Formats: sequence, C-alpha cells, structure tokens
Amino acid sequence: MNNNLQEILSNWATMAAAAGYFVALLVHLAEWASRREAAVTPTEQPVLAGVGAAATDGADAVDGETRGPRGSSDAVDGSGADTLPPAVAKASRLFRLGVRVTWVAAVAHLAAVVLRSLAAEPVRVPWGNMYEFTLTSTLVVALGYLLVERRSDVSWLAPVVNGFNIITLMAAMLLLYTPVTDLQDALRSPWLVIHVFAAIIATGAFTLGGMASALYILKENRAEKLGGLSPRSYLARVPSLERLDRFAYRAHAFAFPVWTFAALITGPIWAQAAWGRYWGWDPKEVWAFITWVVYAAYLHARATAGWKGKAAAIIALIGLATLWFNFVGINFFFGSGSQHSYA
Amino acid sequence: MIRRSKKNDVPAAETPRYGLDDGAADAPMPLAPLELLRWAWRQLTSMRTALLLLFLLALASIPGSVVPQEGVDPIRVSRWREQHETLAPIYERLGLFSVYDSVWFSAIYILLMISLVGCILPRTKVYWRALRAKPPAVPRRLERLGDYRRLEVAEDLAAAEARVRDGLSGYRLVRSESGPAGARVVELSAEKGYLREAGNLLFHVSILIVLVGVAVGSLFGFRGGVIVVTGNSFANTLSQYDDLNPGSLFEADDLAPFSFTVKDFDVTFVREGRSAGQARNFSAEIEYRESPDSELETERIRVNHPLKINGTDVFLIGHGYAPVVTVRSATGAVVFTGPVVFLPEDSTFRSFGVIKIPDAAPQQLGFEGEFYPTYAFTMETGPFTVLPDAKNPVLSLTAWAGDLGLDDGTPQSVYSLRKEGLDRILKADGKPMRVDLALGKTVTLPDQLGTITLDRVDRFVKLQISKSPASWVALLGVSLALLGLLGSLFIRPRRVWARLREEDEQTTVELAGLDRSAGGNLAEELDSLARQVEEKR
Repeated sequence: MNNNLQEILSNWATMAAAAGYFVALLVHLAEWASRREAAVTPTEQPVLAGVGAAATDGADAVDGETRGPRGSSDAVDGSGADTLPPAVAKASRLFRLGVRVTWVAAVAHLAAVVLRSLAAEPVRVPWGNMYEFTLTSTLVVALGYLLVERRSDVSWLAPVVNGFNIITLMAAMLLLYTPVTDLQDALRSPWLVIHVFAAIIATGAFTLGGMASALYILKENRAEKLGGLSPRSYLARVPSLERLDRFAYRAHAFAFPVWTFAALITGPIWAQAAWGRYWGWDPKEVWAFITWVVYAAYLHARATAGWKGKAAAIIALIGLATLWFNFVGINFFFGSGSQHSYA
Repeated sequence: MIRRSKKNDVPAAETPRYGLDDGAADAPMPLAPLELLRWAWRQLTSMRTALLLLFLLALASIPGSVVPQEGVDPIRVSRWREQHETLAPIYERLGLFSVYDSVWFSAIYILLMISLVGCILPRTKVYWRALRAKPPAVPRRLERLGDYRRLEVAEDLAAAEARVRDGLSGYRLVRSESGPAGARVVELSAEKGYLREAGNLLFHVSILIVLVGVAVGSLFGFRGGVIVVTGNSFANTLSQYDDLNPGSLFEADDLAPFSFTVKDFDVTFVREGRSAGQARNFSAEIEYRESPDSELETERIRVNHPLKINGTDVFLIGHGYAPVVTVRSATGAVVFTGPVVFLPEDSTFRSFGVIKIPDAAPQQLGFEGEFYPTYAFTMETGPFTVLPDAKNPVLSLTAWAGDLGLDDGTPQSVYSLRKEGLDRILKADGKPMRVDLALGKTVTLPDQLGTITLDRVDRFVKLQISKSPASWVALLGVSLALLGLLGSLFIRPRRVWARLREEDEQTTVELAGLDRSAGGNLAEELDSLARQVEEKR
C-alpha cells in the first residue's frame, strides 16, 4: 500500500501548498495595508512608492519591467533605507517575505504533483484527469508568477495569484478530486505527455494574462468613474494601464503559440492515431478551436484602432472563459458526448 | 493580422494597411459600380470586419458542441430526432445537425478567408518593397528619440566606426559621410528584424494551406463506422458500413478491396483496487486480406494502434456485448437466431438494444431493453450491473407484438423500435410482460407467440475505418503557421542610428534606437553597443 502513502502525502502537500498561498496572501494584505499608510504620508511618488518605482534611474524608469526588483529592493534596504518613509520600507520587507512564502508553497505544490505521479502504478505523468490537470495548471500559474517576479516588478500580481491558487486548489480538492488510478487505454500514448503538458502550460499562461486584463478593466473603469484613483486603493498600486496591457500581451503572446501547438498540432496528431481522424468536431475540439479563435481576435484587436485597450482586455477575458469552460464545463455538461470525457 | 501596434513612429506610407481601419469603413457608400466594388472590398478586408468574422466563427461553432452532429455521432442524432419531434425539422432546416458543413458556417469562414487574402496581398507588396528599401536616414536630432546615448572616445573616426559596425553585426547598414577633413561626420543607419513581417505573412498564408489540406481530406476522404461481432467478417464495400461519411468527391470505387474477420476480442477488467471494473488493454485480432487474391495476414489492433491497409486505417474505438438469442415459434421452429448488438450506455456496460423478429408468426415480435453484464437488483436502485465483465449476464426486455413497420419502405434504425403498430404483450393478469433472461434460460410468451432464449453472449467491436488523404498538407500548414506565429510575435524589428563626429583626436559617437515592436525597449541593446564602443582594446 505504498502507493496509497504517496497519494496521501500528495494530498497533504496540496493542503500545505494551499495553506502557504493563504499565508502569502495575508502577508501581501499586510503589505498593502502598510502601503496605504505610506500613501497617506506625502512622498514624491505616493502612488507607486516602494518596490516598483521608488528607485528612479533615468531612462529605465519609463519601463519598470526591465529592472529587477532585487536591484530596487537592495536600494530600499541599503542606501534608500534612510530616505524612505518607514512604512514603505516595511511594505517592501513584507513583499519579499510574501514572495518567499509563495516559493515555499510552490515547492510543496510541486511535491504534490510529483507524488501524485509516483502514486500511480505503473508510474505515469500526473495529467490523467481533471483534478490532476487543475493541480498542475495552478502550479504553472504560481511558477510563472514567481519566475516573472525574479526579472521584473509584478508586486501587484502577488495577491491575485495567491488568492486564485487558494480558491482553485480548494475547488479542485472538493469538487474534482479523483483517487489515483492507472491510465485508461485511450490515454496510453506518448502524446499524453506532449499534448496535455502543452495545454497545461498554455492554460497557466493565459490565466496569468487574464489576471492582468481583468485588472486593466477594473482600473480603467474605476479611474473613469471617479475621475482618478485614490492613492490608498489597491488599484492605484497596480501599474499604469499601458504596463498592464503590455504584461497581458506578453503572457498571451507566450501562451498563444503554445496553445496552437497543443490544440491544433499535437491534438490532431494524437486524434489521428487514436480515433482515425485528425479533426472531428468533438465538443472539446470545438471549444479548443473557439478559444483559439477568440485569442486570435485578441491579438488582432490589440493592434486595431478602436479595439485597443479595454475592448482587447474584454476579449482576452472571453478567451479565458471559453478556455476554462472547455476544461470544466464540457466534462460536466457534455461528458457523455465527448471523446475527451476522462476522469 | 497582427499589426504592429500603437503610436508607431513609422512613416505613414510604409504602414501596411489591413484594408483601411480608420475612416474609410465609415465613409458613405458611393454609387458608381466600380467605386461600390472597391468600397465593398475595403469593407470586407478591413480589420474590423475581420474581427467581426472571427467572433462570428467562434459563435457559430458553439451549436455543434451542443446539438449532436451527423458527422460525429449519427446514432445520437437519430435518438435525438426521436425525442424531439417538433424541434428536429426546424434544426434540420437550420443545418444544426451538421453545423460545420452548413451554408452559414461555410459563409463565415469563406468570407474570413477572402478577408485574409485581401490582407495578405497588399501586405506582401508592401513587405517586398520594404525588404528592398534602405534603412531610413539618420534623423537630424537623435537626442529626441527615446533611447539615446552620447559618448566620446579617444580614437579616430575610422576606428570608432569599425567598433560601431562590429556592434551592429546582423543589421542592414547604410553609411553616409559628409564634412571637411578633420571634422568629418559619418552617419550609419541600421535596421533588423525584417523577418517579423515575414512570419506574420507566413502565418496567414499557412492558414490557407491548412484549409486546402482539410478541404482535400474531406472531399476525397471518408470515414465510416462498423460494428462487427467477433467471428464475423467485413468486406470493404458501401453496404457493409453502419454509417459512412464520404467526402463529396469520394466514390465507392475508391474503397480499397480489403476484407477482414474479427477473430477474437480480448479485454482485461481490473479486478481490484480503485479502477476495479474498468476495461484495460482491449485488443482485437484481425485476419485480413489486402485484396481478394492476396495473402491472409493477422494483426492485433488496440486503441492508439490502428491497422493500416493500403492507406486506409482501421481503428478499434469501442466494444460491447452482443447477446445471442434464439426465438422459436409456438411450434418450436426457429424464426431467429444470432447475436444482437446492445450498445453500452455508460462505463458499467449497462447496454441498450432492440431485437426485431419480422419472421415470427402469428404476429411480428419486437423486444427492447437492457443488457446487464453482471446483473444485480436492489429495491432502491432497481436492476443494475455490478461489473462491466460478463459474470452474470441478464437481458431485461419489454416485449411487443404486432407490425414492426419494416415493410413500408421507410428506413429504420436497428437500435430503435417503431411502436405505432405494436402492442405490449400482456401477462395473464393483464399487466405488461417483462422478459428477464439469464444465460441459457428460455421464456415462453403468452398467446402462442413463441419462446425466446439467451444462448450465450458474444462480444462486438466498434471499428472506425477511414482514409484521410492530404492530412500531411494540413499538418505542414499548421506547423508553418506556428513557425510564422513565433516569428511575428517574438522577432523585434528595430532601427539603430549612429552619428560619429570627428573632433581633434576624438570622436563623438551618438547612438539612438527605435524598437518597432509593441512596447519594445532598446535600452539594453544600446547600452551594450555603447560599452562595445568605449571598451579599451
């Protein structure tokens, strides 16, 4: 019953990861609180004070994304410590702490995925059902955020990613949980590894991009309604609309080719081998196609007068909705009619 | 088309136009025929129309995932038709049972493709010109560009220029020189990243390639399904298929003249653990001939491992039970004997089927009901099957007598009973009769209608036989599309300008750059170029 042990350990690791994300979320909320405090104390740049734009260095300040937060937080800890208001320094420390906690959670999360794979007899990739798909794609979201965080300032994303992962992991545990079993015949193919993994990566990246697009819409709406943002609000800490849009674009530009590869190249190759047709308008295929078309529209809209900005962001969110509907909805609503109804 | 976005600093003449986005689409409709045509073309090829068509395409795909499709699962379609008598003709008229062949779906993607061509052609022309054009001259005031560096190097002009050129390897360069000796000025214009637009064009052309591949495949290919009970044979002719989806240009003569027999079917049902009851490793042994006079060959086929015969593939896509029943008349004469296919309804292999006995006398007989591989019964659940394995097989049927309606010429599904001319067979107490048959058991029907026996249980395999010509064209197309996509998303077209001014023994170097991709930033490149120029040798 060794396998059961690994499965139980995997579940514990998942719970630990969710708890970790929760702690990280709390830390980031505390960080937010101290930033509100800082915002009340007049500083030169009340809105973006702190990790992001506190350190101004000439031309680069135009594009905060190329500067590592490491550099800027060094500035905060080092030379800047005297000059920065204490609340800002505290907020930066809390932010770094939050990131570390997220790293710990992500490591536990990774352990959960690996153990899940080891628990199966024979050992297999952990992408055989919806629970495992969700477990892995939330890991991609967390790791994607953490890796981007090493290179650029995405402190605004921290509460969103942690919050999303808690909710999604809990939902997966409660609604989608499936005990470890061996793979069905239909899934015994090397294409499982390639096709599903690519789909998971794309899902994670689209989700990250969607978070930026959602914040874009919120921020623009709020700014429009109030004629400006209170420096105390969370949305004021979110970067400029232009940067949000650029972040969203980069995430989508990464995810779209991966999705093309998953849904339109490896999917058909496998379908040809398993079902004798490379494209059969199975509900899952239909929705994968819809998702692809909507994201193609997003990339076009972003470059079209009258569609830039908010309209493009809305299209991105529609794309995300079709993506998740395809994953969850199809299995629940059309389960019996789809050849993809695994789990 | 993924156009380079925002402000672009690109001179208007060079900007590739996807139709005319701004203004033109809103212009009032002109009246002259040629103008009208031109206006219509602009409307169609404008980016707004393309976006609209993309959304329409996405929306139009949805019904095909909700309503059962002829091309996907014809059995479900016919069942659906029976259940929805009023809606079915309306759906039929709207083409909702074959969305992806319907007029309206085709109209959308054909318009989209025309719009695509209307985008590719002018842009190719623009790109062709841009490829041969020289990088634009150095702007007079470089410091006005976003990314600007100015350095002084203690070298003569030629040496400094060599360094700048080194740093700009891979760029297309244009040089101009002016000024008198001792105060010469050299200007370098450099550009790279031409492949971005090439990628963009490749992506869009590839979509057309994919479409051609898919079109050829669906015109000349075919896909058919057949259920074969183990021990039975199949010859590749039209009449042997249960359902067939031939392409419009596919002809019956194109069917390869092979035949095969399903020798046996093997399945392991997991006995313990969590997957208990699930079918694993199912495979069928096929004995086949490529043509009537060729050698007999044998192969085992499994899921993911089809049998390939001369360009035609035979796939094992499902399996199930075919109870063998014998029906005798009251006098004992056999009126029917043979396997009857019962289609699995879920993963427990509770299966549904219909037995029609047109030769029964005095009345035709019909049976409809469930097959339970391992029968069990509780008051709460009613009958159910414990395992998908046939450990205690039971047929539980309702019995009908009368006219099966087979003689009036209208085609009937073998999986449904037309009950207009039939009456439930009643027991002596007047209640409807239910026939429950365990293995080897016989039930006698009242009123001298006869007997029915469950002799044994055979298995059937569901095979898909298909030919997808030109699938490699579609694969090539989509792979090229991915390649083009990567180019159009990740290649950064950029320009760098350098102005070198000779002053005494020194050279002043001014560098500036422009990243023409969305939200790009050349700061790092310029920094490294500046380092390279300044670096001590």
